[in-house]
Amino acid sequence: MLELKNVDFAVKEEGGKKTTKILSDISLTFPEKSITVITGQNGSGKSTLVKLITGLESPTAGQIIYNGRDITSLSVTERARMGFTTAFQQPVRFKGITVKKLLDIACGKQSSLGQLCEYLSQVGLCARNYIDRELDGSLSGGEAKRIELAMAIAKGGDVFLLDEPEAGIDLWSFSDLTNLFASLRDKTVLIVSHQSKIMEIADNIVLLDKESAPVIGTREEMLPALQNRNGVCAARKGV
Amino acid sequence: MEKIDLDLLMKIADLHGIPEGSYNIRKDGKCLSRNSTSDIEIVPKTDKDGIDIIVKPGVKGKSVHIPVILTAGAMLDKVYNDFYIGKGADVTIIAGCGIHNETCGEARHDGVHTFYLEEGCSVKYIERHYGEGNSEGKKEFTPITKVYVKKNAHFYLESTQLGGVTYTDRLTLATVYTNGKFTVREKLLTDNEEKAITRFKVKLVGRDSSAEVVSRSVARGNSYQSFISDMIGKNRSFGHVECDSILLDNARILSTPKIDAVSPEASLVHEAAVGKIAGEQLIKLMTLGLTEKEAEDAIIKGYLA
Repeated sequence: MLELKNVDFAVKEEGGKKTTKILSDISLTFPEKSITVITGQNGSGKSTLVKLITGLESPTAGQIIYNGRDITSLSVTERARMGFTTAFQQPVRFKGITVKKLLDIACGKQSSLGQLCEYLSQVGLCARNYIDRELDGSLSGGEAKRIELAMAIAKGGDVFLLDEPEAGIDLWSFSDLTNLFASLRDKTVLIVSHQSKIMEIADNIVLLDKESAPVIGTREEMLPALQNRNGVCAARKGV
Repeated sequence: MEKIDLDLLMKIADLHGIPEGSYNIRKDGKCLSRNSTSDIEIVPKTDKDGIDIIVKPGVKGKSVHIPVILTAGAMLDKVYNDFYIGKGADVTIIAGCGIHNETCGEARHDGVHTFYLEEGCSVKYIERHYGEGNSEGKKEFTPITKVYVKKNAHFYLESTQLGGVTYTDRLTLATVYTNGKFTVREKLLTDNEEKAITRFKVKLVGRDSSAEVVSRSVARGNSYQSFISDMIGKNRSFGHVECDSILLDNARILSTPKIDAVSPEASLVHEAAVGKIAGEQLIKLMTLGLTEKEAEDAIIKGYLA
């Protein structure tokens, strides 16, 4: 189980005199074997939350507890080796490094063509067309995004942090993608998303808001309110 | 051959011993071993040090090895090699030079290579430079490569220098005729106090001639690199120069582009990027379980692979 206890995150503004709070007193619990979708308006701190859990940022206050252990001060590498796996919103490009090499790094060994096929076919790509290509600017945003997800699949782990994994991916591939996320249900999965199709596979939904405490509820509780026109307000009032 | 010779040959030409087919192995300024075949003839020059490599027209799928090794310590080895590639031939030439210098002196190899490509032929020229031995001893290369690419011919140069060379000054001159193609893939790594200068001068004189020069380099320690390209489009032609470099430690890289579209139908592009490893790349690999150092090494290794 992954827990955030009274987590604050603030950044210093230019000049360093004033600080702005991005997240304030966040306490959330993400149970094992469940998918939690984190949603909220732009600027509500969704990606920041992922960065804090990944270890890219450190909370200014509070604790992050994983299976009873305080991991707040652990590095990105230590958390990755503990089983934390992240797919970023913006895939990173690597000039000169092939898709195969990156998948090998992700899974920690030399992969066979069969294994590479398995990783890439799960994100709708044919291995033969991609493994020798560099993950550089010659790939489209959607292709790079799929490869970002394939790296997460290849790495494996116990906690998956997927930041807007559907962004840039064509709508007709959506059901394959949601099936892929659903197949991770035996892990602890956090997905940052605004897409109702992704929320439909969630066990729990967290609604983040700049001005007030996060609202957490089951899909059945949260989704109807979020789907109506005044979804955000209704979800906050109704749950 | 001694073990040191075999090790150097392995490093520069992937050779485990004497190769098959045509070859010329040069050691410390003298021919160690040579073989000609009916397809590729190797003839020693009589007026100066060097060889003529003559590939018969139409020869396809053949290769020739011409490695050079220097193990005697301080010495200057200068050699003139001329390559005559027959019409329609398609060959791979594996060259390269390895220096093992245990002295504190200067060991230098100057290779002056001239390629004459006849119509419709294709040449893949692979050249690796490598140095090892006493860190005080100089291991230097100052190669000059001249290439004449006739109609419909293609010259592909793969140049690799991944360590141990204290000083390099490489000059490559190419003249490309009608529908000819000139391609370069350079990989360069410098460290410590090493200095590497790469200069390309490409003339696109024929209609629909083209050139692509891609250089990828990593400079670490206190090393210095200079990349100078000068491409001239004198006809309807296309030229592309790309210089990407990663800087580490206190290293310095100077990239100097020059493109000159003499013909209004010439299309010439120069791209250059020099900088540290992007932080986001390191972080991505760290989220896959690598330490920062492992991530840096993986990026450099992949970049120069």
